[in-house]
Amino acid sequence: MKILLNAKQIDGILDKLAGRIVADRPDNIKIAVIGIRSRGEILAQRLAGRLSKKIKGGVPCGTLDITLYRDDLNSPKGNTQPKVRTTEIGFDIDDKIIILVDDVLHTGRSARAAMDALIDLGRPKAIRLAVLVDRAGREFPIQADYAGYRANAKPGKLVQVLLKESDGKEQVVVE
Amino acid sequence: MAVKTRTREFKWERKHLLGLRELGADEITYILDTAAGFEQISRRAVKKAPPLRGKLVVNLFFEESTRTRNSFALAASRLSADVIEFTKKDSSVSKGETLLDTARNLEAMGIDIVVIRHGAGGAPTLLSKYINACVVNAGDGYCEHPTQGLLDAYTIRKLKGSLEGLKIAIVGDISHSRVARSDMWAMTKLGAEVTFVGPPTLIPPKVDQLPVKVSYSLDEVIEKVDVINMLRIQFERLGGNPFPSVREYSHYFGLTVDRMKRAKSDILVMHPGPINRGLEMESEVADGRNSVILQQVTNGVAVRMAVLFLVNQAAAEAAGQV
Repeated sequence: MKILLNAKQIDGILDKLAGRIVADRPDNIKIAVIGIRSRGEILAQRLAGRLSKKIKGGVPCGTLDITLYRDDLNSPKGNTQPKVRTTEIGFDIDDKIIILVDDVLHTGRSARAAMDALIDLGRPKAIRLAVLVDRAGREFPIQADYAGYRANAKPGKLVQVLLKESDGKEQVVVE
Repeated sequence: MAVKTRTREFKWERKHLLGLRELGADEITYILDTAAGFEQISRRAVKKAPPLRGKLVVNLFFEESTRTRNSFALAASRLSADVIEFTKKDSSVSKGETLLDTARNLEAMGIDIVVIRHGAGGAPTLLSKYINACVVNAGDGYCEHPTQGLLDAYTIRKLKGSLEGLKIAIVGDISHSRVARSDMWAMTKLGAEVTFVGPPTLIPPKVDQLPVKVSYSLDEVIEKVDVINMLRIQFERLGGNPFPSVREYSHYFGLTVDRMKRAKSDILVMHPGPINRGLEMESEVADGRNSVILQQVTNGVAVRMAVLFLVNQAAAEAAGQV
């Protein structure tokens, strides 16, 4: 196991991502942050907190469960069973720029599922993808608009984001 | 109210839902947790999600039903499954075909899930032994109506936070009620104390073997309970003369405005529907502020979505392991 990022670096990356998102924001369009369960949810809350300090009126934050939109439901592999959880988005996504947040962008399949789930909730002005870690291995034509850190991980390696809220410690590791 | 959900790793492994008697508390809790994730689908712009896309669900109803049949059909279509309705009236069952022949014919059409209601207790279990499709019991004889038990438990859990330690009365014709039995299993397994209330003629003879208390007086229990579930008097099932008159039944076992005055202020009033207004319950109570009857109907769709999703998931996993 190798540590790619520590707590301080993760913090700094989130600051930078927030700065870039604010810089790109058109003045007349509202933005909102939506995290993919489960670690995307935590990162989304942290990003929304940072964005709310920079944007007047604050930035709403929601959580998206993509289980029902996964493309492997009928061809399950391994021992982990997909568990349906709640989607909690307490605002209208229509006409907003949605910053979709996940911890790692790998195959692109989660992002695809998330986009399908989002457009069943409404019609956002745009969806932008923000990830803490971008690694090689894309299977779908999907790229991040905001990538915090590009990891060089060989196929078969697992890049894991650990956060204190969910894992009790804060680091990005490859194993 | 915030609901405490489980986080520990759990795997759902049943491709049939035949009854709640055989389920563990962890399995029941898992279904309820899953249902919570389906609730919002019915409230949003596009009331549909794709997990059962390309799957075929058959509603195989050998007994009359509107509510349960529609609820299952709605649940299946909100998960993007295709639904075939198959009722006794307009099928070859009325031409003498046996249950198994009917089911095998349906299976030859490539069905994935059979939702079955049958007058004979155990029919869903029998069916599950002979076909490959998933079987979901939508009511069998006087045995079980598991999705009703689940949706009642879900409704209580959502409003009270937990069933642990709650006192629940189920009132009316217990003998002929599969709802009472499934409710009893779901509620007692989740930690509630259940009392069956009704005239002795409508309480099943071997009730002492069930995990419930019994009372023959609604007046004795009304002040103590957190939840009261009023069963429908099912005239179509009643044989003999279980009570002298409808008026007398109402007088002793009806949920009236007067009785409600003695109940806890936050009591939940439930009814599996359809209501005989003025008989088991006065209209003012059915429409009153403690009534959660329509929430039961709404939650029923979410619970049935969860059940259809889970049995299909278990079937997919079983197929993948071959």
